Amino acid sequence: MKLTVNGETHEVDVEDDMPLLWVLRDELGITGPKYGCGIAQCGACTVHMDGIAVRSCQLAAGDVSGDITTIEGLGTPSALHAVQEAWIDLQVAQCGYCQAGQIMQAASFLDLNPDPTDAQIDAAMSGNLCRCGSYPRIRTAVKSASSKLKRV
Amino acid sequence: MGRVKTIARRSFLIGSAAIAGGVAFGTYLYKRDGTNPLLADLKMGETAITPYVKIDAQGITLITPRADVGQGAWSMQAHLIAEELDIDPATATLISGPASAIYYNGVVGAESMPIAATSDTLLARTGRGAADVMGKLMGLHITGGSSTVPDLYDRLRMAGAVARETLIRAAMQQTGLPRNQLKTENGCVVLPDGLKIEYLDLAVLAADIEPVQDVTLRDPSQWRYLTKPQKRTDIVAKSTGTQIYGIDMVMDGMVYATTRTNPALGGELVGFDAEDARKMRGVQAVLPINGGVAVVADNTWRAFQAAQAVTCDWGPSPYIGDTADQFAAVAASFSDDHQDSQFKDDGDVVAALEGADVIEAEYRIPYLAHAPLEPMSVVVKMTETRLDIWTGTQIPRFVQANMAKLTGMDADNIHVHVLMSGGSFGRRLEDDYIGQAVEIAMQLPDTPIKMIWQREEDFTHDFPRPLAMARAKGIIKNGAVDAFDLAIAAPSVAESSLARLGQPAIGPDVAIVAGAWDQPFDIPNYRVTGFRTPAMVPISSWRSVGASGNGFMHESFMDEMCHAAGVDPLAERLRLCWHDPSRKVLEAVGEMSGWGSDLGPNRGRGLAFTLAFGVPVAEVIEVTNTDDGIRIDKVFVAADVGRVLDPVNFEAQVQGGVIFGLGHAMNCELTYKDGVAQQENFHAYEGMRLYQTPEIIVRGLENGEKLRGIGEPAVPPAAPALANAIFAATGKRIRELPLSKSIDFV
Repeated sequence: MKLTVNGETHEVDVEDDMPLLWVLRDELGITGPKYGCGIAQCGACTVHMDGIAVRSCQLAAGDVSGDITTIEGLGTPSALHAVQEAWIDLQVAQCGYCQAGQIMQAASFLDLNPDPTDAQIDAAMSGNLCRCGSYPRIRTAVKSASSKLKRV
Repeated sequence: MGRVKTIARRSFLIGSAAIAGGVAFGTYLYKRDGTNPLLADLKMGETAITPYVKIDAQGITLITPRADVGQGAWSMQAHLIAEELDIDPATATLISGPASAIYYNGVVGAESMPIAATSDTLLARTGRGAADVMGKLMGLHITGGSSTVPDLYDRLRMAGAVARETLIRAAMQQTGLPRNQLKTENGCVVLPDGLKIEYLDLAVLAADIEPVQDVTLRDPSQWRYLTKPQKRTDIVAKSTGTQIYGIDMVMDGMVYATTRTNPALGGELVGFDAEDARKMRGVQAVLPINGGVAVVADNTWRAFQAAQAVTCDWGPSPYIGDTADQFAAVAASFSDDHQDSQFKDDGDVVAALEGADVIEAEYRIPYLAHAPLEPMSVVVKMTETRLDIWTGTQIPRFVQANMAKLTGMDADNIHVHVLMSGGSFGRRLEDDYIGQAVEIAMQLPDTPIKMIWQREEDFTHDFPRPLAMARAKGIIKNGAVDAFDLAIAAPSVAESSLARLGQPAIGPDVAIVAGAWDQPFDIPNYRVTGFRTPAMVPISSWRSVGASGNGFMHESFMDEMCHAAGVDPLAERLRLCWHDPSRKVLEAVGEMSGWGSDLGPNRGRGLAFTLAFGVPVAEVIEVTNTDDGIRIDKVFVAADVGRVLDPVNFEAQVQGGVIFGLGHAMNCELTYKDGVAQQENFHAYEGMRLYQTPEIIVRGLENGEKLRGIGEPAVPPAAPALANAIFAATGKRIRELPLSKSIDFV
């Protein structure tokens, strides 16, 4: 099947029911999306399908119906996305393992809701688990990214 | 130009030796000759020959031997070296270095000794000195116990200073200028006319110079990085998906594996049928390993699927298998023949309790999983002559020794490459997962193998924080706490984990009473007794170890006593506290939280204090009792690490510690049935999520005499501060964790 990931089209030979996460990680070598739970409880695997945040551990390859963007496609160290900039400015990451998922969740959320309330941020980000407890900075970084995006 | 030496691997570890066109620096405070340099000098504060700086034509490499499990250890180690070396740490390459006795930890051993952090007696100093020597002799290359900063604060700055002065010496040779005309700046030696010579251009010359040993560390007033907000060296990588964790390693020809071992802990694999699994797409092998099976495939998911398709005949667990029975075993160990320690015994508790109006309480805490978000994962490759291991681990040298035992290979041929860990919380002090991958590699030589555990395997094969119980008795006299008698029973972490590392556990286990026996209070009759429950399921260190639960027991009872006495919990602790830095964190948190002011209806405030890993931490939590349950509104924390080297990461670690403590206290427990952990994934073990996260206001104090680490100390007071706040808001005293068994949370 054909998959478009970060603007590049790939032909992959996988079962329809292989989760997108493992197509990305093991077939395409894109390791930004992380495996944390396999049951959509942690959000570490979050990527975008046509700009919408999805849990790639629960999205079967055969059900992919749009362009996929991973953290690597959102922005790079030399061309950061506003959300990544905010994450760096506020030094959100501790172990950092959940942060690709957190950032992808936040980027999609802010795209849909550029000026969220605190309660909306809490609701949108609560599906993403952080075992290190970086939540206070995640909250601040989402707000900071929101202001950055508004200025653009 | 100086000549380029070629050297053996061993000589790399000694001082300033040339390395392929460059130079490696270390500190040189020990005599190099002498038959046993480690025993030649037992004085405190001295460091071994420790290479931490490598310079070659490619650039500057800093060796950061303490593992980064999220606490920021790599970045902090780099900043400590860079401060004296005069480089921007962001321009250096960081590597973990080889597993080596040279990178011993001289501090962590003291945590296993009955020495209060607040004690400065001759005995205490001797004990700490012995821990330092033990660390050297055993070559404890280990990360843990919030020890990175206290252990390496001097050693790494010294390494940076030795390297800097040696490079200056090289510049003196090259230019003929005297020392006092040269200075250093941003990776260069600067000449009087402003001309700069890059360190990289001096490396080869420096390789021929005996390292300069008589260096003086800079006064803190001259620091450029330390005590200022630092930019974590890994922050860009971790915000762009480019950080490589153990789970991300990719090698040519690599295959993917997973394992399934008996979920009934300690039980055997009686037999298995892999016929269906072997037919599945991409499956290359199904192999027996100790206690289970391994599946090797061309994709991790295919390996996962096939592992589930293997039919296994599991033997029973040899351990007490049900949590009710496990607690019964703990309860049964409150007896003289199980007494493990009584490090605290002030006044005469027995006489004080005799015939008095005794307040009694019993507390329980559950087993807890570490569950770092990166599941156990490792890449291994074994050939006839060497074994390479890439993974996140806190114990590279034990890994080397244990894998030598497993494979029969010489330890020198086993190379442990420590990668960034996606969390640990103590889990990576174990190497069971590495052993499994090596077992696969022994059956598939010459093939790189990436082994990843399914999350369910991770939860069911953890070595949890042990369950424990406490029985407390106290009396109030003249409106004050007069007797405080805490008996704590738990299985021994030291006994369980040291046995797996091939080390003996001698004497009492301090962890059973840590965070309780060593608190800085002058109560007239004050006793803390530890009872050792016979070993049950294997257990290990979990962020803040013994204090993680003992803080709850000690501080819940302290709160109960204060309420019984009708005294203010903050005022009473201040009255009882003799340790100045501890008093100051209590005073600070009182001031920060507006302690004593009216919060309005359905609200409450709880205070707890724990001194753990040498760090006094006081926390005040505000809660509201809403129609939907308890909402945690705010947390105020004051902690004293002696000197805050990085205010950014200090705050992050304190907030993270509070959230770790609160999340587990709210809703986490690991329970067992027939030796099988009943919580297999995060739906059954949530911890805290963002919507529940309170505002956490942090203040760092600097009154303590010694520098301390902050990865763990904020954890212990969180649970009792919350339970005490719930009592204040609702009148309901909860003596068992998780709190969600007794009350709802928003």
